[in-house]
Amino acid sequence: MKVIDEGTGKLVGWYDPDEHRRWIAENKSRELKDKRMDPREAVTKYVKDGDFIASGGFGHIRVSMALIYEIIRQNIRNLGMAGKTAVHDSDILIGAGCVDRIEVAYTFGHELRGLSPASRRAVENGSCQVLGELSNAAYQWRFLAGAMGIPFIPSRVLMGTDTFRFSSAKIAEDPFSGKSVCLLPSCNPDVVFIHAHRCDKYGNTQIDGIAVEDIQLARCARRLIITTEEVIDENVIREKPWRTTIPFYHVDAVVEVPWGSHPCEMPYLYFFDENHIGEWLKVSKTEEGTKEYFDRYVYGVNDFQEYLELVGGDDNMKYLSEIERYERPMKAPWLRGD
Amino acid sequence: MVYADEFTSTELLACVASHLLKNGKTFFVGTGLPMIACMLAQRTHAPDSLIIFEAGGVGPKIPALPISVGDSRTFHKAVAATTMHDVMSAAQSGYIDYGFLGAAQMDCYGNINTTVIGDHDRPKVRLPGSGGANDIGSLCWNTIVLIRQDKRRFVEKLDFLTTPGYLSGKGSREINGLPVNSGPYRVITQLGVYGFHENSKRMKLLERYPGVTIEDIIENSSFEIIIPENHGISNPPTREEQRILHEIDPEGMVLGA
Repeated sequence: MKVIDEGTGKLVGWYDPDEHRRWIAENKSRELKDKRMDPREAVTKYVKDGDFIASGGFGHIRVSMALIYEIIRQNIRNLGMAGKTAVHDSDILIGAGCVDRIEVAYTFGHELRGLSPASRRAVENGSCQVLGELSNAAYQWRFLAGAMGIPFIPSRVLMGTDTFRFSSAKIAEDPFSGKSVCLLPSCNPDVVFIHAHRCDKYGNTQIDGIAVEDIQLARCARRLIITTEEVIDENVIREKPWRTTIPFYHVDAVVEVPWGSHPCEMPYLYFFDENHIGEWLKVSKTEEGTKEYFDRYVYGVNDFQEYLELVGGDDNMKYLSEIERYERPMKAPWLRGD
Repeated sequence: MVYADEFTSTELLACVASHLLKNGKTFFVGTGLPMIACMLAQRTHAPDSLIIFEAGGVGPKIPALPISVGDSRTFHKAVAATTMHDVMSAAQSGYIDYGFLGAAQMDCYGNINTTVIGDHDRPKVRLPGSGGANDIGSLCWNTIVLIRQDKRRFVEKLDFLTTPGYLSGKGSREINGLPVNSGPYRVITQLGVYGFHENSKRMKLLERYPGVTIEDIIENSSFEIIIPENHGISNPPTREEQRILHEIDPEGMVLGA
């Protein structure tokens, strides 16, 4: 296969396929065992300084926020991150100084709510490095190749653009059609976090609604931590095995955290906490405000339960559930912010 | 047809965009104005247009304006809640007729920038990046760009080419390996509607809005726009369209308060 052009982006999360196979064989347990632990233990055990991480869901939807806050609380540093429509998770991890490099498909923005003050500041002053550019489909397919155990996958995106020039992809002549194709390198992140609606104690996981990239992301991960709204009985899984989005052998830890996506949305259960997101977008405009946010919501509490109390406890969660079920209109406080 | 006496340029833009949506066609939709335009079309002339979101929502009955292309409103009463791999593969296989895009900068070939203002490694303003834009611009049959038109946004040379339009002109997409016969279809701004010249693939005026002059069109672009003598004048929004728009966005998230 003739290589026509190569991007200049840094290749991250890529392993020789035989090296990855060996790592999986030696490190991933295929034993049906109880993997339940709390967020503190899961992060201590599986997230190390310098790791390349990826977070499931999409933007502010279905995000393992309990683990993101725990990473900040444990002050894990020098993390690289997949900016695969990473929004609130990457913004606060960069804002807290935990993530110092990122490969970008979509980052530094909060969609309709505007740009991210904290992570933009970090990238504009050089304290967070952009490793390379990519598109959403390109990232999805890097994970697909990673999940398939192949070194790359051909695609028809990125070609002709600066996004390609700053990516880690290559353009080659397709040996079948003779046309140019864009080869996306596989990606196997060191640690992946996915928040799910339910799973059993072994990690057999069900996700309701869109799975976004998580089917492939779970399967390409080296270490996979599932946070879940509830842990259910194994028999419930076995009654409808076609509902299993992620089977247990990919999963290293099961962490039960009700409301664990807050302030992000959990489809069918609770809506975005726009007041809290609005507060973050406002205070993170300054270094001082950013620091105060973490002092109050992360370092100032012992765990995610205490954080939930601080952001309004049961009353607020009930309110967010009602918006999700269209029983209340949603408000957008960031519209009226300064 | 009763036209609105007064309307904002955002309202007009949303209506013009919604008129491009035809029943029986598929649309890839992004946040903000494209979403409003699609919801308006679904509630008026195109109830059976198939709306697809990049995060996996397929054919929803959208109950309220989504904030994100992945929130649960994008798959409310949908025909399928799938994955990004699934819908992007559908686009790559030729299932998606139209894709909507926004942009911070655009050039005369419809190439767009949503990545960075200034130098990539020392940016003046860091923008979110491609997101799904490069995929939509590469893989859909036709793309529709919604953008505010002024000299800073309509530029001679992009700071960064995030998403392909016609690249450097006719044939350039195909030479680079992009799908044959795909590319930008319309550009809609607060001043008018544009298409692309058949041979040069440079932007040309199709319609300007009522009250907008040719001088306004020329002065609000840093590149030369082809202006045919026989271009049209767009209809203003109808009162009914205006009413529905504000029913869709009561908070003024996109339309403004």
